Amino acid sequence: MRYDEGEPLVDRAAPDGPLETRWERARFGTRLVNPANRRRLRVIVVGTGLAGASAAATLGELGYRVSSFCYQDSPRRAHSIAAQGGINAAKNYRNDGDSVYRLFYDTVKGGDFRARESNVYRLAEISTAIIDQCVAQGVPFAREYGGLLDTRSFGGAQVSRTFYARGQTGQQLLLGAYQALSRQIAAGTVTMHPRTEMLDLVVVDGRARGVVIRDLVTGEVSTHTADAVVLATGGYGNVFHLSTNAKGCNATAIWRAHRRGALFANPCYTQIHPTCIPVSGDHQSKLTLMSESLRNDGRVWVPVDPDERRAPGDIPAEDRDYYLERTYPSFGNLVPRDIASRAAKKVCDDGRGVGPGGLGVYLDFADAIDRLGREAVETRYGNLFEMYQRITGEDPYQVPMRIYPAVHYTMGGLWVDYDLQSTIPGLFVIGEANFSDHGANRLGASALMQGLADGYFVLPNTIAGYLADGPFPEVTDAHPDLVAARSDVEERVRRLLSVEGDRTVDSFHRELGSLLWDHCGMERTEEGLRHALERIPELRAEFWRRVRVPGSGEGLNQSLERAGRVADFLELAELLCLDALHRTESCGGHFRAESQTPDGEALRRDDEFAYVAAWEYTGTGTPPLLRRESLTFEHVEPTQRSYQ
Amino acid sequence: MRFTVRVWRQTGSEDAGRLVEYDVDDVSPDMSFLEMLDVLNERLTLRGEEPVAFDHDCREGICGMCGLTINGVAHGPRRATTTCQLHMREFTDGDTIVVEPWRAAPFPVVRDLVVDRGALDEVVRAGGYVSVSTGSAPEAHATPVARADADKAFESAACIGCGACVAACPNGSAMLFTAAKVTHLGRLPQGAPERDTRALDMLAAHDEAGFGGCTNTGECTAVCPKGIPLADIAQFNQDVLRASLRGAGGRPA
Repeated sequence: MRYDEGEPLVDRAAPDGPLETRWERARFGTRLVNPANRRRLRVIVVGTGLAGASAAATLGELGYRVSSFCYQDSPRRAHSIAAQGGINAAKNYRNDGDSVYRLFYDTVKGGDFRARESNVYRLAEISTAIIDQCVAQGVPFAREYGGLLDTRSFGGAQVSRTFYARGQTGQQLLLGAYQALSRQIAAGTVTMHPRTEMLDLVVVDGRARGVVIRDLVTGEVSTHTADAVVLATGGYGNVFHLSTNAKGCNATAIWRAHRRGALFANPCYTQIHPTCIPVSGDHQSKLTLMSESLRNDGRVWVPVDPDERRAPGDIPAEDRDYYLERTYPSFGNLVPRDIASRAAKKVCDDGRGVGPGGLGVYLDFADAIDRLGREAVETRYGNLFEMYQRITGEDPYQVPMRIYPAVHYTMGGLWVDYDLQSTIPGLFVIGEANFSDHGANRLGASALMQGLADGYFVLPNTIAGYLADGPFPEVTDAHPDLVAARSDVEERVRRLLSVEGDRTVDSFHRELGSLLWDHCGMERTEEGLRHALERIPELRAEFWRRVRVPGSGEGLNQSLERAGRVADFLELAELLCLDALHRTESCGGHFRAESQTPDGEALRRDDEFAYVAAWEYTGTGTPPLLRRESLTFEHVEPTQRSYQ
Repeated sequence: MRFTVRVWRQTGSEDAGRLVEYDVDDVSPDMSFLEMLDVLNERLTLRGEEPVAFDHDCREGICGMCGLTINGVAHGPRRATTTCQLHMREFTDGDTIVVEPWRAAPFPVVRDLVVDRGALDEVVRAGGYVSVSTGSAPEAHATPVARADADKAFESAACIGCGACVAACPNGSAMLFTAAKVTHLGRLPQGAPERDTRALDMLAAHDEAGFGGCTNTGECTAVCPKGIPLADIAQFNQDVLRASLRGAGGRPA
């Protein structure tokens, strides 16, 4: 597949002047909406994760009329709930040298210089208010004996800026946002629509004016209109079939919006987490992450000999390869996520992997137990060991854990300007669904920060500037654009049900996933990407020829739900691979084998690739347009990282 | 491994429903219970039959979406484990396994093993929050919280809202669920100003939703995947009593 060069892209909402006051000046420059007018303005928010729930609640508090949609049976279940580690904030409670500027600096650098400085600075600036808000809501963060908040250092950060609630930070933050949302639902400012799925965006006269929704219980397809639409529908990691995402996570809302004109930025920036429980067989339905903190005390190794048959405990030290400690003597087992992931892939590709299928490496706590005692290890990691034991049936106190990398987060997403508005006026995109703040790689404990920054503080301010022109003319159910969008969705549902082929939806999803994992996963090559780009359209054609979706369009039909999502993944996958093919540099989560330093590090090429690749849809199977937004760095000078 | 699985099939709330028996062979002990159902569903689909509908999402025991009554026990035989984290190695080869939806009047069956738990959200909407709008929060360190209080609040806040407590309770009571939220927020200074109204309003919403009363049978805490203790219900009762004695009314509707 080819692409055509489009017009360069400019963020017209980008602020200028001193970095430190950009957000303040942007807010001052934004028009306000009179409180009395707010109740005449309607906003649709799709998704109820950290970004969506916090946005819907806050817009409701401000007095807008909000409609909130989620596919789960309750807004409390969105996948933000599964985040374990914590949330970063530049509070500097530890007096260890942290500051807004340092969090900004670390995030730009961690993103491998592929994010906008203005956006990242705003994120760092807002981080402190998020903690205040969440504490006031009753989020039970970990505390010290003096009653003040505890923090820890996370993901190799040299300052201790990560706030946490045991291993369930995402759950507690989401419940805080869910409770704020519940309060607004009770107050009547937010109308909640659980078990619904957005299947299309309605654009009228160039503005986003509504969504087409399928009620997952009744099967009814309906349209909902508003003055603005906010997508907070999360990432697209499930395009790989196996990921740490929830089973229901999908890209349909953002992909449908993309097809309606919203640009999709940097789809190839995907994050692969090194410490997940390996696949145990073909039945595998999802992957479970084990906290990165395990690498603090666990030692990673594989047997030296690919034909090793002994049990791990019987293999003497000289026959073990502690490959991270060997290759990266100064960082050892604590090298960054992408390096640890690629190194695991490499030893497994060499035939030295352990466990079923040879796709795993040992994470061994024997030395830690000898050194610290079993009790100390239990205090630190007891709950993780228990989780591991529950899933694998093996006792990690006796037998080394087996781990393998898995897709975890997607940095790419719909392109938005500084106001979080997409290229479709009135369509705002927040949280993981947008591309904005993490560049090519996200730092640990920054996803929760971004979701809540967008939802509580950024969007409710910036959307006012757009809504100040509203209310926009009423769009009735009979409007031709609305009728057309609804009938498109109904037609697609009919098509999915009428193929009546001989392959299940999941069989296609699994095949697509392994294709992407093999050729667009931890390491990407031109040859592999070209192969994937050839194979994806074939698989897509086969899907529409051979898929079998049982049941009918009326009533709850989970196969039908999955079929629609997989159909969209089959389109998105192609763009993902194309983006990966065109970006012949390595950066962050995107590693092109052709672009590496002599040490095997990702080699960035700033002269050619210091831009955001925003893709414009021109039709399925037709070349998209590449719109480049160039990135400039005035405050943080791009450097090449090294962990040797 | 090979199992005989008797699954509750029901096309909708109007249908009476029935148990239907399926043989599932080639089951790996490493499969989760839901993966076993995935395998069954793949085979049903290829045979031209309708797959079994069941709720699930994160499949790592935290979202609270899954929940099946397995051989009469909510979330199955393993303690402190959600259905998605239950693995087939917990069963014996050749077992017959009976799979049913949560059964409680306020949880009508949507289809097969899927029920509507919206009543739990209604209970939270009655007061399961702290009324603090975005932007109005004081500096986080303005109010220290004793570590014991923070830890206890966390323990109660760990509830995932799966509804197993209701399914297990002979009275169909959601007192453990409701008490967990009342205890979580009531234990923290941030939740103190609304402690009285919260307890009264959530109790009223609980009863109005059709959940039964608590008679201290303790089945709820036995099946709770997060180990929410029965003591939370005692705390809730105490809060209700305290609020009543203090003459606190509920919030005006």
